[in-house]
Amino acid sequence: MTGSPIPRPRPLSPHLQIYRPTLTMTMSIVHRITGMGLYLGVLLIAWWLIAASSGPNNYAAVEGFFGSIIGKLVLFCYTWALIHHMLGGIRHLIWDTGRGFGAQEREWLTRATILGSIFLTILLWAVGLLVVGPR
Amino acid sequence: MKPKGFHIRTPMGRVLGLGSARSGTEHFWQERVTAVAAIPLTIAFFVIVASVLGRNHAAVVQILGSPLVAILLLLFIVNSINHMWLGMQMIIEDYVHADVAKLSCLMANTFFCVAAALASVYAILKLSFGV
Repeated sequence: MTGSPIPRPRPLSPHLQIYRPTLTMTMSIVHRITGMGLYLGVLLIAWWLIAASSGPNNYAAVEGFFGSIIGKLVLFCYTWALIHHMLGGIRHLIWDTGRGFGAQEREWLTRATILGSIFLTILLWAVGLLVVGPR
Repeated sequence: MKPKGFHIRTPMGRVLGLGSARSGTEHFWQERVTAVAAIPLTIAFFVIVASVLGRNHAAVVQILGSPLVAILLLLFIVNSINHMWLGMQMIIEDYVHADVAKLSCLMANTFFCVAAALASVYAILKLSFGV
């Protein structure tokens, strides 16, 4: 009576940790993370709209938070996440058509997403703080 | 030997051609439709936010409640939340495998999205109709 032998674990296909990280792979992960951030961030928009609809005092409270250092930091990150997710989404829509998969093109698209999202976020905040804000 | 012309799938199953997940490419397609719609609506949202920046409450209510702005806000919110509902569903199905946990997360996703969407839509309509 030796009993049935313990079955050897079946081989699994390799997962993420076996590959050398690449820029496109990292960006794919960042796309998901920004998506999850925006998921929670929708509460900020809902809060803002509800406060605006429920009177000056509630709206002042929201403005107080958004105007604070922490509030501004949250909104800045939210702006970047939204733009990054949008540019990343456009990149994926281009890929959906079967274009942009070449070694040069896909790296170029990836870099354009990172630099474009940083540039547009700073541009929007510059316009908001310097041009529109002080009116 | 199975007879010639015999199929184990029903005629309806073959016509629909949806496979074992029973949904075909519908989820993928909806994600793309909402993604494309999100591009102009997000740009519109940035313009709306810029237009109310630094204004007092009465002016903000007037701008957000005006028909064009309210309609754009409604489209933005409903489309965005639909998109994130689909996206979170995909993330849950990718990473959560235990049945109870997966079904709980999928339900929580739906509850969160419906609540956030209804609350926002209510607020926009209230701003617009001035009740």
